[in-house]
Amino acid sequence: MKKVSFESAMKDLDEIVDELESGSLSLDESLKKFEKGVELSRFCKQKLDESELKIKQLVKIEDEFELKDAEL
Amino acid sequence: MAQLDFQSLLETETFITVSELTRDIKTLLETAFPFVWLQGEISNFNHHTSGHMYFSLKDENAQIPAVMWRRNNSNLFFSPLDGMKVFVKGRISLYEKRGAYQFDILEMKPAGVGDLQLAFEQLKSKLREEGLFSDEFKKPIPDIPQKIAIVTSPTGAAIQDMLSVLTRRYPNITIIFEPARVQGEGAASELAHAIDKLNDYGDIDILIVGRGGGSIEDLWPFNEEMVARAIFRSKIPIISAVGHEVDFSISDFVADFRAPTPSAAAELAVPDKKELVRKIEQSVIDIRSTLIEKIQFNREKLRALERNYAFRHPLDKLYQHRQRLDELQKRAEKSVLHMLEICKEKAKGAEGRLALLEHKNVLKRGFTICSKDGHIVDNIENLNVADKLTIEFYRGKIQSTVDEIS
Repeated sequence: MKKVSFESAMKDLDEIVDELESGSLSLDESLKKFEKGVELSRFCKQKLDESELKIKQLVKIEDEFELKDAEL
Repeated sequence: MAQLDFQSLLETETFITVSELTRDIKTLLETAFPFVWLQGEISNFNHHTSGHMYFSLKDENAQIPAVMWRRNNSNLFFSPLDGMKVFVKGRISLYEKRGAYQFDILEMKPAGVGDLQLAFEQLKSKLREEGLFSDEFKKPIPDIPQKIAIVTSPTGAAIQDMLSVLTRRYPNITIIFEPARVQGEGAASELAHAIDKLNDYGDIDILIVGRGGGSIEDLWPFNEEMVARAIFRSKIPIISAVGHEVDFSISDFVADFRAPTPSAAAELAVPDKKELVRKIEQSVIDIRSTLIEKIQFNREKLRALERNYAFRHPLDKLYQHRQRLDELQKRAEKSVLHMLEICKEKAKGAEGRLALLEHKNVLKRGFTICSKDGHIVDNIENLNVADKLTIEFYRGKIQSTVDEIS
């Protein structure tokens, strides 16, 4: 769960909403999807809360790129 | 004046050659005017097949022949036209073979707003014809970006505006800031270079190129062909945000998206955090209610099952049995009656046969039965002479006639 990006978690959550609404899942599957959905939503909200804008500058050193903190 | 004495002239004066004089003039001119910014109007413009441009620069009272060599004019962002007022940077040079001086142009820019507008329209239609504005080349902007690059001036208001929008709206990203001058000479090549550099790095979801408002001259770098070409070859989707709402630049047309202002570009690039939180919460509400619906549905189904099988089924059976019983009863009654009928019939037959058996036994003992016209005759009162009588024996019958009544 930790390695998942916010974007892909949001995508998964959207898919779960669609799958559950399609009504083709069994009760067992629905329950599992629901639990997964709640977990994803917690993860997404947490990600949104803890985020802080990072400002970097691209520096090229001998054909190698590096991102360095930038002050603006 | 007397006749010239060339011989004495040769002795007293020093002669120089045409070449020597020309070279002196050339040196004089070229050192006196090493670089000049000149303002003038183009006339007799000729773009030679060799690629060099020949024309005159003039004002009301004077004109000067001008040349712009191919290597210098290849980066020109507009096509010079007769009547166009221009600023040119160059130097005076002298073409020795013809003894003519000319202005050797290194750089040229349209001078007036009208001239810039003309150059703008020319480049716009040229690039449009080449297909640089075509929808088929427009790349989509991702819904939820993770890395956004911004190419603009580090000192302008634009970068601060964008950062404040991004911080407020969606701080869940990394900004890669690539500083570049956004006005004046050299700005276009810095912008183009910044776009190329970010593309070399590559790991970027959206690129915003722009600046805040300014005069048409200030905004001009965004109308230069090299910037347009850099935007066009970018693999990263680009949002162009130049000046205010009313300002349109060539970069706006080539970019994948045009934002009216830098702040608007920032709004366009990221989702709204509040909106996202609301969406996430709505998702949970949605999946919870679909799950509850599902459970409800299953509960209903179970109830229906209970009604159908656990309770109703045996009752049904009972009813069915009962119905069957009634049916059987009916059928039984019917068949008993039928049996009775049959028995009655049989009994009747038996009676008849019994009676028959009885009188046969009588006949067997030698008695006969006498009948007239089918009626048994048991006295002589109704008999007359000559009446025909049937006499039945145990075996066989005879017809007889009454001879005499005694």
